[in-house]
Amino acid sequence: MLGSLKGMFLTLTSAFRRPVTDQYPNKPRQLEDRFMGFPALTWDHNVGEPFCTSCMVCIRQCPTQCMSATMIDNPLQKEGKSHRRKIVDTFEINLNRCILCGICVEVCNFDAIVMSHEHEMSVYQRNDDRVDLIELLEMGKRYQEDTGWIPPSQRKKAEKEETAVEKASA
Amino acid sequence: MTTVGGSEELQSDQHVDLMLNMGPQHPSTHGVFRMLLRVDGEVVLDAEPHIGYLHRGSEKLSEGEQYNQVITLFDRLDYISNFNNEWVYCRAVERLMGLEIPERAEYIRVILGELNRIASHLLFLGTFGLDAGAMTPVMFSFRGRERIQALFEAVSGARMMHNYFHIGGLKEDVPDNFPQLMTKLLSEIWVDVEECDKLLSFNEVFVARTKGVGAIDLETAIDYGWTGPCLRACGLEYDVRRAEPYSLYDRFDFDVPVGKDGDCWDRYFVRVLEMYQSLVIIEQALKDMPPGPVMALGRRLIRPPKGDVYVRAENPRGEIGVYLVSDGTDKPYRVKVRPPSFCSLSALRHLVKGAYIADAVVILGSLDIVLGEVDR
Ligand code: SF4
Ligand code: SF4
Repeated sequence: MLGSLKGMFLTLTSAFRRPVTDQYPNKPRQLEDRFMGFPALTWDHNVGEPFCTSCMVCIRQCPTQCMSATMIDNPLQKEGKSHRRKIVDTFEINLNRCILCGICVEVCNFDAIVMSHEHEMSVYQRNDDRVDLIELLEMGKRYQEDTGWIPPSQRKKAEKEETAVEKASA
Repeated sequence: MTTVGGSEELQSDQHVDLMLNMGPQHPSTHGVFRMLLRVDGEVVLDAEPHIGYLHRGSEKLSEGEQYNQVITLFDRLDYISNFNNEWVYCRAVERLMGLEIPERAEYIRVILGELNRIASHLLFLGTFGLDAGAMTPVMFSFRGRERIQALFEAVSGARMMHNYFHIGGLKEDVPDNFPQLMTKLLSEIWVDVEECDKLLSFNEVFVARTKGVGAIDLETAIDYGWTGPCLRACGLEYDVRRAEPYSLYDRFDFDVPVGKDGDCWDRYFVRVLEMYQSLVIIEQALKDMPPGPVMALGRRLIRPPKGDVYVRAENPRGEIGVYLVSDGTDKPYRVKVRPPSFCSLSALRHLVKGAYIADAVVILGSLDIVLGEVDR
């Protein structure tokens, strides 16, 4: 008899505890910094173009083959405004196939793709989950704004300089 | 008696026993698993398990993916203990390449792997309670599990399919506030595990439902290839972490809990005790965790030399083995997985014969199978 009484006492005490459940749609979840939502493309605000040069590395590395892209010569480079010779023309990700593994972000050499915080992406038709360049950049811009994103390569460079300064001073 | 699969034998029987189809969409089957029961009243005379509803061809798919992409497939094998699965695969490739991974990465792997063991056992505790008719424990155990998953999200970015262990180490270091997160989590999890334990383990109704039900003796269990908590419940102290210490497990001081009767209650209680031991391991690992790099490989393209390895590890469900053959290219030639759940499940027929229908549910629950791993 003792075992079940103990259990009942426990449930009784827990009745006075604060509830741990969040009422989801009314109270959105607090996302972690590293949360991996759907992939999105980033926007280079300094130049006014996407980071992506459509180099196809992520497309070849994606385990589900859910992306496709095409490239064109960069018009801004002819005007001397950008250092990118090629630039993305079209880019499509089929979010239905994406498994949110983050491999594309790891392999990109241009800081052009991020795992955004978008996760509420329900649509009425299956094809609506195929997002194109404009939408991907939208998602990316939102992410950049929300998190104050700094391109990882720049961050690394800054860190290196910092340690170099520290070493020099030491 | 020689019919294929046994179904014709069951149907052509002279008796007017009832054939009862349990599953595949049955809440007690923990996935999609179908059991064809031949019952006489309330007593199960025979059972015929049907598996394969969750077959995704993971082993074959692995042959078409590069080494780093295969990790995502291993995430989805035993989808309740993702870290442990990633870990054993990464170890297989690392062994093939003769790679030493940084110590810090090993410590983080141990911590996350053991946390995942607790999360998995908590889920088992809750659903096993449900199988036996206890509706409350699942609320408590999921609360604890959710805390662990929140930590996983903070560390790897995903609650379940992490893709965080990479060949040669980890994807990235843990966040800066990891020690604080862990201290907070550990104190909460101790309480959660204790509460779940108090709530269910010695509840008279629960004990009456599980004690002496589905007992198996050690010899038979070994013959069926049982490993993990199921085998330890029969009284054998066999744990890969002890028998063949991998990673850093030879550095930690922990007990391997064993049962004695090999019945459902023992299988349950061994897992509860294991959670406490996992917490002990985590506490030790957190104390000794050194700073340093977490990745041994600089380049991305992974091309192990020709050869093959067999690596095993202690998953929450038992011993998982990975047999990996490399032909020197960037994709594995063959990946064979020895799943612990499959072996546990193979003894189901033996266990449920002569049991009541309601007990069949409890027996299936006590094996703690994950169909993603059984069917692959
Ligand atoms: S996102 Fe990165 S890897 Fe993918 S095509 Fe663009 S630049 Fe290349
Ligand atoms: S997250 Fe993974 S599946 Fe999704 S697009 Fe990137 S590489 Fe492909």
